[in-house]
Amino acid sequence: MRAYLNGNEAVATAVRLARTEVVAAYPITPQSTIVEKIAEYIADGSMAADYIRVESEHAALAACYGAAVTGTRVFTATSSQGLAYMYEMLHYVSGCRVPLVMAVANRGLAAPWTIWADHQDAIACRDTGWIQLYVETAQEALDTCLQAYKIAAHAEVLTPVMVCLDGYVLSHTEEIVDVPEQEAVDRFLPPYQAAYAVDPERPYVFGVGAGPELYPAFKYHQQQALLRAQEVIKEVDREFGAQFDRTYGGLVDPYYCDDADVILVLMGATAGTAREVVDDLRRQGERVGLLRLRSFRPFPVADLRAVLTAAGVVAVLDRDCSFGYEGVLATEVKAALYGSPAPVASRSESQWGQPLVAGFVGGLGGRDIGPADLAGIYRQCLEALRHRDRGGELVLSGGWQR
Amino acid sequence: MVKIKELPDAELVQGSYACAGCGGILAVRMALKVLGPETVIVTTPSCLLGVTTFYPQLAFKVPCVNVTFPSTAAAVSGVVAGLRRRGKAGIKVVGLAGDGGTVDIGLQALSGAIERGDNFIFICYDNEAYMNTGVQRSGATPLGARTTTTPVGSVGRGEDRPKKDMLRIVAAHNIPYAATASIGYPQDYLTKVQKAMMVAGPAYIQVLAPCPPGWGYRSDLTVKLARLAVQTGQWPLAEYAEGRLTVKEIANPRPLPDYLTPQARFDHLVSG
Repeated sequence: MRAYLNGNEAVATAVRLARTEVVAAYPITPQSTIVEKIAEYIADGSMAADYIRVESEHAALAACYGAAVTGTRVFTATSSQGLAYMYEMLHYVSGCRVPLVMAVANRGLAAPWTIWADHQDAIACRDTGWIQLYVETAQEALDTCLQAYKIAAHAEVLTPVMVCLDGYVLSHTEEIVDVPEQEAVDRFLPPYQAAYAVDPERPYVFGVGAGPELYPAFKYHQQQALLRAQEVIKEVDREFGAQFDRTYGGLVDPYYCDDADVILVLMGATAGTAREVVDDLRRQGERVGLLRLRSFRPFPVADLRAVLTAAGVVAVLDRDCSFGYEGVLATEVKAALYGSPAPVASRSESQWGQPLVAGFVGGLGGRDIGPADLAGIYRQCLEALRHRDRGGELVLSGGWQR
Repeated sequence: MVKIKELPDAELVQGSYACAGCGGILAVRMALKVLGPETVIVTTPSCLLGVTTFYPQLAFKVPCVNVTFPSTAAAVSGVVAGLRRRGKAGIKVVGLAGDGGTVDIGLQALSGAIERGDNFIFICYDNEAYMNTGVQRSGATPLGARTTTTPVGSVGRGEDRPKKDMLRIVAAHNIPYAATASIGYPQDYLTKVQKAMMVAGPAYIQVLAPCPPGWGYRSDLTVKLARLAVQTGQWPLAEYAEGRLTVKEIANPRPLPDYLTPQARFDHLVSG
């Protein structure tokens, strides 16, 4: 069935189709309409779930944790300050290996107070042990939520998943979305069977304490699970594609990268604009590409290397900043390429050696990133490469959209 | 009324690392005798967590869900909802937290869970300070008590604010059942746990649980002090049910120094 849905409605639809059993949430803009829609589904009987109306985001995630350890399929959603308020609980949920799904309608953090999109909220939760998937469209938001349940509950992963969608740009913008049939979703996502659940017959402890002798082992297993998740995310995306005819590339979503001199790396809805810009520049004969990063955690080092090492310049657009340094994604892309093998000799691009990585910070607090901004980044990078062609040094300092 | 002789011999607490004379673990052990094996414990970083569930130890014979310090009651709501979805609504869900995790950082979550009317029992074992972190004052520390953050010196005279009246706060939520109890009065305490079990909806019990290292007394005096607190009028045994608050009268109150003198935290009050 095709329907006009905004990103938040798409998420709510996925949560219903996944037969989610417990939802706990506290309202925050621009997330609120997700859980309002779910409340409507429950009120009109189209979704059988318990809805816990909590008094804070911290409580929302604590309630989800409590519900999840009983062996139910659980969902919550938040944004910005709400995610920051959950920060403590994020570690409990991932450390306890609770496979729940949370939508984050990405929004900047105060101060200055803002309600508009950037990625600072989720990026700041980079090290909480959650899988973070960033989507480009409402369709992908719906599909990724369904995939997220499968990834999170995979026996070798058992890790919560954040599905991140840009506030307003995706959360409140309608597009035509293909809504899968319930029977098809049921085939893709069978009822949740927890390996361990609260049961007086088998009295487990959830959220144990661990001393210095044992704590590292727990964390090592978590690290292994996140690394393993790379393959699982790909598998689940492939499986989804086989059933629903739509895939998103798993961890990375490259666009015209094969022969590109300049590749722009970014996450989220800005990719839509970037595709237009790539098309335009390609028509002008420029060899440019786009790599949309879908999985920020786990960070797909091998996949990035495979695509990026042949380029001359890799531009990274961050909608966040690690203050006092640079955009976080830029740092991570550089780290991923460090020590990576030189491009294969047979490719003409090998003249570049290792690509130069230039970080750009833009779109903070909802600042629009238009085609001209992205074209400007591509032009700067292309110019730097040409300067090198003429015997100059390859220098590019990136930039900041003020 | 609970008959002590009829309580099961079977213990639902085993092998804890609690200090000798710990009032907190005694409060939990006693409650579990009434609650029985069809119970889930939800608890929070506290002395209790520290002494019962360090991997691979499991001091409870019932499932235990540990959660962040502010979130005991919020996680309780989740467990209640989850068990209902699983068709296991008959399992009792019991939140256990110390006084800090209840009257301070956990108050918001407790208020929310009571307001939602979830079916659970919340037991606050009140040792009147943050004992797990080294005896800092909490909102439940009594007036005059010495703690590491309300020290006694040439200016400081210990805790300078009265104990937070948690029973009235909880009662103001129109909770179906709430009570104070003391581990020094087991029959009264256990009967209150039983009443809390019978209630449909939330129930709250705040049980006085003396702490030998925190209060500074000989560890064999725990139960005696828990009785003296009541007998000297420092810990009223109260009950709030059906909108009425009743307080057990003490026929012949003991003089206050009987309670204060054995405790180092009140040295400065009794030694002049």
